[in-house]
Amino acid sequence: MSRDPESNRPTITRLKAHCLLSSSHESLLATTVLLILVVDEERRSRTNHLKEISIIVYAYYLLQVLKMAQESMEGMFISQQTIGSVLCCLCGISMQPNAANMCVKCLRSQVDITEGLQRHLIIYHCPDCNSYLQPPKTWIKANLESKELLTFCIKRLKNLNKVRLVHAEFIWTEPHSKRIKVKLRVQKEVLHGAILEQAYIVEYVQTDRLCESCSRVQANPDQWEASVQVRQHASHRRTFFYLEQLILKHDAAVRAIRIKQMDQGIDFFFGNRSHAVKFVEFLGNVVPIQSRDDKQLVSHDLKSNKYSYKYTFSVEISPICREDLICLPPKVARGLGNLGPLVLCTKISNSIMLFDPFTLRQSYLNANQYWGMPFKSLLSSRQLVEYIILNVEVESSVVSVGGSKYCLAEAQVARVSDFGKNDNIFHIKTHLGHLLSPGDYALGYDLYGANCNDLELDKYKNLVLPEAILVKKSYEEKHQKKRGKPRSWKLKTLNMEVDNPKSRAEEDKRNTEYEEFLRDLEENPDLRFNISLYRNKEYQPSEVASVTDGGDVPSVPLEELLADLDLSDEDEDGDENAGNADDMRE
Amino acid sequence: MATRLQFENNCEIGVFSKLTNAYCLVAIGGSENFYSTFEAELADVIPVVKTSIGGTRIIGRLCAGNKNGLLLPHTTTDQELQHLRNSLPDQVVVQRIEERLSALGNCIACNDHVALTHTDLDRETEELIADVLGVEVFRQTIAGNILVGSYCALSNRGGLVHPHTSIEDLDELSTLLQVPLVAGTVNRGSEVIAAGMTVNDWTAFCGSDTTATELSVIESVFKLREAQPSAIVDEMRKSLIDSYV
Repeated sequence: MSRDPESNRPTITRLKAHCLLSSSHESLLATTVLLILVVDEERRSRTNHLKEISIIVYAYYLLQVLKMAQESMEGMFISQQTIGSVLCCLCGISMQPNAANMCVKCLRSQVDITEGLQRHLIIYHCPDCNSYLQPPKTWIKANLESKELLTFCIKRLKNLNKVRLVHAEFIWTEPHSKRIKVKLRVQKEVLHGAILEQAYIVEYVQTDRLCESCSRVQANPDQWEASVQVRQHASHRRTFFYLEQLILKHDAAVRAIRIKQMDQGIDFFFGNRSHAVKFVEFLGNVVPIQSRDDKQLVSHDLKSNKYSYKYTFSVEISPICREDLICLPPKVARGLGNLGPLVLCTKISNSIMLFDPFTLRQSYLNANQYWGMPFKSLLSSRQLVEYIILNVEVESSVVSVGGSKYCLAEAQVARVSDFGKNDNIFHIKTHLGHLLSPGDYALGYDLYGANCNDLELDKYKNLVLPEAILVKKSYEEKHQKKRGKPRSWKLKTLNMEVDNPKSRAEEDKRNTEYEEFLRDLEENPDLRFNISLYRNKEYQPSEVASVTDGGDVPSVPLEELLADLDLSDEDEDGDENAGNADDMRE
Repeated sequence: MATRLQFENNCEIGVFSKLTNAYCLVAIGGSENFYSTFEAELADVIPVVKTSIGGTRIIGRLCAGNKNGLLLPHTTTDQELQHLRNSLPDQVVVQRIEERLSALGNCIACNDHVALTHTDLDRETEELIADVLGVEVFRQTIAGNILVGSYCALSNRGGLVHPHTSIEDLDELSTLLQVPLVAGTVNRGSEVIAAGMTVNDWTAFCGSDTTATELSVIESVFKLREAQPSAIVDEMRKSLIDSYV
């Protein structure tokens, strides 16, 4: 948007005069004259030089209309009324009469309603965080030409209550000129009830001054006051991948100064204790945690009774993860109505959802209950073993438990690794009867081959362990086909400091875990429910793949994806995505 | 010629004075300035009388009159009535009337031949006006205003009316009065004509805010310029009267 030289041409002044006369009763004809003179002027320069004025005068005599209406109702003679003209009382030009009986030029020369209003103002602007000082202490974040900035600019003007503000708009200035120009249009009553409208320009000069928080950061960028150390004592980082997405979706860590990935967890650093407390509360709402906080005295001033502390919040996330096999401690099992004791964890939110695959019963444990009597998982999802289904006999019809469908069945399964080596076939019970059919692959826990050293398991004397517990259907083969191809969607990542992996194996492990997490997302709509997926612009769906891959590999439907708002690229593609962002939101 | 003056820093001199072809009434002010201005203009020709009406100074709005008579509202005291009868020439009939609308100056606008009146005046008052002032009476409004006395100033040679008066109304009033009329203002755009000025056949007094333009309109329409104008001024006046009468 550039200003062409034409628009710099001096000034079009428009003037509208409305004469509004109203009559109430025939005999008591009270006449109110309201004149609105709209003087709209543009000035060429700040020296208030009015170069050229052209005037258009509109006058409406409503009196005639009203009188006609009144008289026509009474069946009276209506005479036509022609507006006469009088001489302007100052310059003597012929004009239509108005409330001041003065032509607009003269009226303008007599009264300047913008007199006493501010035209130049200095405002303080923080160049680091792009905010403006609202005295005495508040800093308001606002972009150039934004609504917020306009509000701020108008609020800074004094004496504006003496006139009526009818319009305000920005006049474009170079962003680095440190000048903001606002064109205001104000109205005020002048002589004999004439209302004059006039436009004028206020120029704001931006003076740079760092706001308190920015100057603190400038002095020492590492100045954190509170840290939140989130830890989970599990063998994988899946929970943290999920947590990262939740944090991103809810913007929970926007106030974090620094985020650092640690062994078995993440550290968040905040500039303010209350930000950290808020963050811990957020965590408590999405995962089962227990937390404690400590403070360390950094310095103190006895005379003014000031103490400065560094606060540390230690947050531990329960090590139980989705799909883990758990042997419940007898007390917990009894508390849940003799659930289990062998149960699967089907969902983790601020509570833990436990599911008994043999009775199809389901139960919740909230964070308090869990941390009152914590337990660990017997086997975790990393220890899943692939089975092939040989035969399925459905025992019951499909039942819906807590929103998901299950069907109790008896199945004959064999480990894929055993295939061609021995004839080990297991007759087991499974809750996935409706999904499985002979020939399918499924993942499950191999209790037959596992060497469980679980204290809780030992407490049950007469417990007969099943040979295998199937957890989910496996799409491993199909995934192998797709391996290496990009997904149609992607996730955002937190701006996290990561130590360089010490070994190749460590890096591989991290990559596989992330890949597994992405695959989990594809297969579980429940898991996707809380997080935002974004469209991958690089993804080009190949037609061949779509024809051959028509099978039942779960994937994320396009409707669930959010277009990533990316303003940096200026092609029309970016605009298109931006436009889609709203209607694609779930 | 028209004279500009003030009454105690107030430009609404029509409120504080009443000028006719036979006499002039002025209010009793704190200083003699107001009175002496009238006196200087009129002393040789007609009596200038200081008076109050009903104890007030707003005499111009309370009484109505011409060279034949003077109508006073019922609030006028006997002393005031007697004082006026003593001061005014013998041929001027001074009459106090019982009219509900006591601001007669606001309700009646007259010259020596015709009077325009408020539409709600009593029939008896109308007869009295006709008898005392020796005029034809018309009930009229001016630009939708019923206070005809406030919104116009009349003499036997011309008349100035409210600036919002339409051309049709001007024609009609002009026909009734048999004098040229023009829509105009006094006192820098004030539309209350009779409050801002007072006029007879050879002179006019205006509030001191009146601008040169307004003054020239007033002098043109009331034909106050006695001095023989030059050809150019004559031409100018002709165009003015053409377009504003």
